[in-house]
Amino acid sequence: MDWVWRSLPMIWGLVVDHVAVSVPPIILGFILSIPLGYWASRSRVARAILLGLGSVLYTIPALVLIVVLPVALGTAILDPQNLLRALTVYAIAIMVRSSTDAFSSVSDDVRESARAIGYSGVQRFFAVELPLAGPVLLAGVRVVSVSTVSLATVGAVIGISTLGQLFTNGFQLDFQIEIVTGIVAVLIVAAVFDVIITTVGRLLMPWNRRPARTRASRRPAGVTA
Amino acid sequence: MNLFGAGFAWILAPRHWVTTAEGSGIGDALVHHLFLTAVSVLITVVIAGPLGLYIGHTGRFRRVAIGASNAARALPTLGLLSALILLLGIGDVPPVVVLVVLGIPPLLAGAYAGLESLDRQTIDAARAVGMTEFQILRKVEIPLAAPLLLGGLRAAALQIVATVALASVFGLQSLGTFIIDGLAQADYVKMTAGAILVAALALLLDGVLAVVQRLVGPRGVSRGTDRHRTTARDGKKPVALTQDAH
Repeated sequence: MDWVWRSLPMIWGLVVDHVAVSVPPIILGFILSIPLGYWASRSRVARAILLGLGSVLYTIPALVLIVVLPVALGTAILDPQNLLRALTVYAIAIMVRSSTDAFSSVSDDVRESARAIGYSGVQRFFAVELPLAGPVLLAGVRVVSVSTVSLATVGAVIGISTLGQLFTNGFQLDFQIEIVTGIVAVLIVAAVFDVIITTVGRLLMPWNRRPARTRASRRPAGVTA
Repeated sequence: MNLFGAGFAWILAPRHWVTTAEGSGIGDALVHHLFLTAVSVLITVVIAGPLGLYIGHTGRFRRVAIGASNAARALPTLGLLSALILLLGIGDVPPVVVLVVLGIPPLLAGAYAGLESLDRQTIDAARAVGMTEFQILRKVEIPLAAPLLLGGLRAAALQIVATVALASVFGLQSLGTFIIDGLAQADYVKMTAGAILVAALALLLDGVLAVVQRLVGPRGVSRGTDRHRTTARDGKKPVALTQDAH
């Protein structure tokens, strides 16, 4: 415990680096997946291509992607930006699926009603489809956030400053406390991100107070388990 | 892009397939990689399979399971692995434990989401004709949910086969060994070769499981869902389905 207090400035520095490398991929993944997901929800061909590509990219192990990306893009192997790029690829790969599901969940009846009362395509997207897709998008971002924060630690293997350094360092020094500190720090960062995302979601979608449907709620009344 | 070509050439060179004093060959690394994967997947299935089916069938502990799964997703694999290796010493046990922890959430999710997706009327009908709870599970729920159950297994196996490579960071033999060694020796051809091998294995396993997943669905069921969908669009939803709608 003593070590934790003494090393707090160092740990804080790593937290800052970790956050700096995980936030852009989460935001980029979210923004980019919206047009992609919308497209995939409207066209069968786009859906097959995008979701297929997404799952292939997701299949590629993190360690591999971090190593291969610079080769494919022609950047230096130890460029810290590589981690950021790799995490963005994963974020999009995960998020496109949720975003496709989100826009597919908007019923055709609602879409056609909006058109019938005179919404233009753009208006309909922002005023009707996006808000209705919101809850599923939110669920997707939460998954992306957790996995990005956790994956960012892998960057330590190629020497990028993240909380993962506490793992590689602690391992080399045979120092368990440092590793456990790192794990706890990652969990805290992930939890804080999750709280921020759900809070933003609650503010933007006040109508979405009720948690996702549960099995119990689908049962006839009175049979609550 | 040249590095990719060199990486493939490296893989195709027969001398890289045998273990020598210089380092492990692709053959041994592949065998150990597959061994760690198989053992971990097996243990994951033994633990998460029955648990997921129980949660899915009864609807109990669902929230606990979701919460625990999400928390497990946040656990950094690298940290868990290094901590366990310090604790238990280097060997196959630490990676297998970590891989099982990693594999449980997707399998569990597949199992309860699979059972949950079923039409409640079907299950009530099975109960009405006098099936016991276990019979409902074995003869109705598992066959109908088979594609989704397998989807969970596929996700778990994929996570596991990809993450085995990370064990090589701590000196364990796997296809990741070439990535780590290549990085340490600044031998980027070897590193790329390792990356190609790990990615190829993951894609291959995913492809095989995707085919299996397609084969396990009971015949005739897809037609049933289509009919429900048309009914729903006509606005004449059966009562049970209205409760289902988002």
